[in-house]
Amino acid sequence: MAMIEVRNVSKAYGGVQANQDVSMDVAEGAITGLIGPNGSGKTTLFNSIVGYHPIDSGSIKFLDREISDLRVPQIARLGMLRTFQQTRIYGNMNCVKNMLISMPHRSMGFFEILGKHTAEDIEKAEHLLEFVGLYGKRKLMAGDLSFGQQKLLEFAMALMNNPKILLLDEPTAGINPTLINGLIDRLKRANEEFGITLFVIEHNMRVIMNLAEHIYCLAHGEMLADGKPDAIKNDQRVIDAYLGAH
Amino acid sequence: MNRKRNTAILYASILAAGIAAPFVFPDYVTQIAMLWMMILFALTWDIAGGQMGYNSLGNIFFFGAGMYISAVVQISIFTNVRDYTAARGGEQLVLDYGDYFFSSAAGLVASAVGCVILAVLLGRVMFGMRGPYFAIGTLGVALSARELFSTWDLVGGGTGIAMPVYPGMPDEMSLVVYAGYFGLAIATFLTVKWLYSTRFGLAINAIRDDEEKAEAMGIHTMRYKLIAWSVSAFFLGMAGAIFGARTGYVEPMEVAFPTVTFGIFMVVMSLLGGKGTLWGPVIGATIFHVIKEVTWTYLLGWQWVALGVLIIVNVVFFQQGIMGWVQEKWPELFGIEVETVPDDAEEEAV
Repeated sequence: MAMIEVRNVSKAYGGVQANQDVSMDVAEGAITGLIGPNGSGKTTLFNSIVGYHPIDSGSIKFLDREISDLRVPQIARLGMLRTFQQTRIYGNMNCVKNMLISMPHRSMGFFEILGKHTAEDIEKAEHLLEFVGLYGKRKLMAGDLSFGQQKLLEFAMALMNNPKILLLDEPTAGINPTLINGLIDRLKRANEEFGITLFVIEHNMRVIMNLAEHIYCLAHGEMLADGKPDAIKNDQRVIDAYLGAH
Repeated sequence: MNRKRNTAILYASILAAGIAAPFVFPDYVTQIAMLWMMILFALTWDIAGGQMGYNSLGNIFFFGAGMYISAVVQISIFTNVRDYTAARGGEQLVLDYGDYFFSSAAGLVASAVGCVILAVLLGRVMFGMRGPYFAIGTLGVALSARELFSTWDLVGGGTGIAMPVYPGMPDEMSLVVYAGYFGLAIATFLTVKWLYSTRFGLAINAIRDDEEKAEAMGIHTMRYKLIAWSVSAFFLGMAGAIFGARTGYVEPMEVAFPTVTFGIFMVVMSLLGGKGTLWGPVIGATIFHVIKEVTWTYLLGWQWVALGVLIIVNVVFFQQGIMGWVQEKWPELFGIEVETVPDDAEEEAV
């Protein structure tokens, strides 16, 4: 079953047609990848889905509900979360507080919000920090962490929010290569153990081929191809797009 | 354990000092009552300004609105408000103790509730703006309220409303006002102390540090902003109600909406003490109030210059404020760790 259904979405920034008639599905429970050369409209499509900007035409459905007219907070409260290409964490707070902020406020009542964080909340935060390998740094200011560690923290924060689906914008960009394998492993485990559907933009071909079960490729704002990793890897159009034949 | 005991001793001594002050320094009851009001001002400003990152220059609006609401409610219990204000203070109400305190209490409750409603209505518009736009927008609210109230005949326009006369002696009234401000300031402090320890407290910090991220995580940012401002409005409204009764008349320019004095003082006091901290506003208000009273007494004519110098030095050279500076100097007191903690054996260093 498709969790996200994108149908004929177009988005232009002034004269630049960033997305042209794009259609795609993100299957529930799976890991779906989105690739494409620089400037092909990947992040624009992401931003359209999460409600960061209105789309010019087309339809976006999340769990059979039209979301193209909703804004970021409303969509986030439905259980769709995104991480940012430029990591965004709360630098002046320690890692545990960063995690506690990320509690799923959408499912809390007024009096729960005015309650204190419980021992279970803190335990869950520390457990997830351990999951991403940041337990030893949990009391440090998040701003003092390295860029790669901040990305892991942002990922843990997203998990803390119990999302139904997580949209990751280039999760491995700027991360030290030896860490990338660990991150791929954690993304897969989050998908299997926590049952979170993942939709990943990725530049690193090795990463996306290992991670995703189904891959879409954008070029010049249009959907160029989609299929299993092996099919995409050998698709002449995809290779041409990446080598700049267009 | 030791720390807990020290905190208990600190609270107990502040409480004892607050109760003893009017009897030990009977000549300064009014000044010390004003000190409690200043502490309330700084604490309520800091909820949105310091903890949530929304620097309001118009919080004084709730002070004045609370004052007017309280006055109108109190007078309407005994007589027709329109006739009363039309007489321009000619028939000032003279009440006995029972009527005075009953109507004052009704006015106090109405001002608190009314200001919360105003905060929610105004907040929906104001919190659509961020940064300097929010600051200027709220300043506009306070300034336009002055103008609107000074042309509104029902509440006496520029002449204002004469408040009911306190039935006892003036000294006795000073004590009652003192008790009111002391109680309100303590209640405000306890409320914000509790609020900052909740999930809500962390969420408004998140709004301050990165509102877009907070939204993307599904936090009800608008709802939280409205709650934060409502708490400020709740206490400011009651502070205004007491101020109107204390002054004896309510008029828009100097008493109800003193934007460039009280309205700016609340910001300055929070900055001086350290915004975004629990104790900063309390310390800032105390120091500011003492400096203000001293310069008014000994540097008359230069008092505004002295305050201006204080503000400039504070903003240019000492932005973090007193508590902010303490926090930088001794972070471990606030549970902040700066050095790398030794990694647990099974943890990989990332």
